[in-house]
Amino acid sequence: MSAHVHEAVGGPIWTRPFKALVGIFTLGAILILWRLLAGLGATTGLNDGYPWGLWIAFDVVTGTALGCGGYAVAILVYVLNRGRYHPMVRSAILTSALGYSMAAAAIVIDVGRYWYIYRIPTAVTKWNLDSALLEVALCVMAYVVVLWIELSPAFLEGWRDSRWPLLRKVSSVASPILDKALIWIVALGLLLPTMHQSSLGTVMVLAGHKVHPLWQTPLLPLLFLVSCIGMGYAVVVVESLLSSAFLRRKRETEMLASLSVAASVTLFLYLVLRLVDVAYRGRFGLIFAFDRHGLLFLVEFLLFLVPALVLLSPRLRRDAGWLFRSAGLVLLAGTLYRFDVYLIAFDPGKGWSYFPAVPEVFVTIGIVALEVLAYVILVKNFPILSGHVAAASKA
Amino acid sequence: MTVDRRSTLKVLLLTGTAAAAGAIPCAARERRKPPPDAVGMLYDATRCIGCKACVVACREANDLKPERGPAPNEIYDAPIDLSGQTKNIIKLYREGNERSYMKAQCMHCVDPACVGACMIGALQKREYGIVTWEPDRCIGCRYCQVVCPFNVPKFEWDKALPKIVKCEMCNHLLAKGGIPACCEVCPREAVIFGKREDLLESAKRRIADHPGRYVDRVYGETDLGGTQVLYLSHLPFEKLGLPDIGDEPVPEVAQTVQHGVYKGFIAPAALYVLLGAVLLRNRRKGASEDQEGVSS
Repeated sequence: MSAHVHEAVGGPIWTRPFKALVGIFTLGAILILWRLLAGLGATTGLNDGYPWGLWIAFDVVTGTALGCGGYAVAILVYVLNRGRYHPMVRSAILTSALGYSMAAAAIVIDVGRYWYIYRIPTAVTKWNLDSALLEVALCVMAYVVVLWIELSPAFLEGWRDSRWPLLRKVSSVASPILDKALIWIVALGLLLPTMHQSSLGTVMVLAGHKVHPLWQTPLLPLLFLVSCIGMGYAVVVVESLLSSAFLRRKRETEMLASLSVAASVTLFLYLVLRLVDVAYRGRFGLIFAFDRHGLLFLVEFLLFLVPALVLLSPRLRRDAGWLFRSAGLVLLAGTLYRFDVYLIAFDPGKGWSYFPAVPEVFVTIGIVALEVLAYVILVKNFPILSGHVAAASKA
Repeated sequence: MTVDRRSTLKVLLLTGTAAAAGAIPCAARERRKPPPDAVGMLYDATRCIGCKACVVACREANDLKPERGPAPNEIYDAPIDLSGQTKNIIKLYREGNERSYMKAQCMHCVDPACVGACMIGALQKREYGIVTWEPDRCIGCRYCQVVCPFNVPKFEWDKALPKIVKCEMCNHLLAKGGIPACCEVCPREAVIFGKREDLLESAKRRIADHPGRYVDRVYGETDLGGTQVLYLSHLPFEKLGLPDIGDEPVPEVAQTVQHGVYKGFIAPAALYVLLGAVLLRNRRKGASEDQEGVSS
């Protein structure tokens, strides 16, 4: 059954690229330490007008959307019952678990008074249920746990033949329990992203007139939700193609091609919603004002539209190069959309400006490096990537 | 393998359902009224002479150190805006022949965006409707700064252990029977303290008594759902930096959306049960299909 489809990649860990990544991460770690000791003003470009910057817009808001691969594939496999995608679930869940864990780490670095962060989940009686950000915080915390549980069958399988008796014991005891409970955990893994990915949009509805009218809409939660699903499929495609290139694995082109149909459909849904919303709210004219914001909207829109069209073509989506390029564009589009709502189309008023400071950028790069390091360690040691995939070998 | 139309349709349907669930139109929440004990301040820009006595008094009353200006040899206390060190400031608006002083501090909104934003209620409307900050409940996420339409809450960027800083209408002085320090020292009564309804009445009387002197409305009576600090001016309020964008409180739309989806937690709970049911059904009937999908 599906459990045997996955296999550990194996091979040495301590390779040259791995060492380089460790170096990059170390630099980031030092800068994080500096931020904690010297404060946010000394290490970031943040200010009272732009209190949220790169770490929130990229690491948290975009990072979790890039971590929607697990969510998007789970919708296909478990809800729509497309069993043939099953071999992709694990690696998708792994990228999600890493993306979300790093986003959580970035939140801790970003908040000013991190020593009170434990009060978010514990101060139940003080919860402000009006706050979309509280919803995001609680959901993300819960989802990180859920993702690692969803991934745990990989660890338990890996430990079945471990040298350590304790790990073998854990594996044999936990596996059957997990097998029974997993469906409800998977359901939670579908519910939580639906909630917080949409709430990430609601968060900026409260910023009201500070967000440019081409982006500000009560539909933000819906647009964030639909676009994150599109990004989720794209991430799976990119991750699969990259791991087949770098870890010398068989390409899953055929499966990715049909996955990209789902991406294309989702993208078109997003584009229709976006246009209808702008038109319905009487802001269509702003697009062709040919100012900074109008152009930004057009660029953003095209970035979504082009891959949606490319992936419609049965020929192009079977071409690994086109597949990779268009999936990359989807990720770029979703990223730009989130940057626009949180930063670029956000205007607190005259006199304020923001550009990420150098240490800020290197912290983000360091966090991404850590993510890649963890990915490499885990796929080399645990049965996560699909082994002899039927769909691919048939093709 | 051909493009699976059924699967495509299903994705569309499912996403559409999730979409609809997120966009259920629902009754807007009721507009809030100022609390019965609401106090406030009335600033009359035509009376202010820009002496900044209020800025100094605010520092003393709130234990805030003077703030140097931006220029290298700037005079001792010359903040250019509200900041982590300055809760109250007098600014000068000047363009052509037009000029006016402007006092900025927290507006103590009737329906504050910051309070709606704050995750565990560090910022709340407490006694007298004053928006106060409780350090034990703040994790420094700065969402209040993102949403405040007046850019009032400030953050101590240069500190490793920072706080959110904003005017709390000298509630520590009110507790001892006093009034806010800025109102106490103003030599021209350009800013006065009182019950919000009294201040509103007196502001309207001034407009009636001096035709042509003021813009014919009191800023804060209804703006953004109303504020407890009220303004009179001879210039359009927008020029003084007060957003003139209607009466809708900032949290209204956002909370209508949020409550529409999360009311009683019914929708998420229902979705969870539904997902669980679908998954169970799929697992039972899907075991064979799954096998087929993998091996065919």
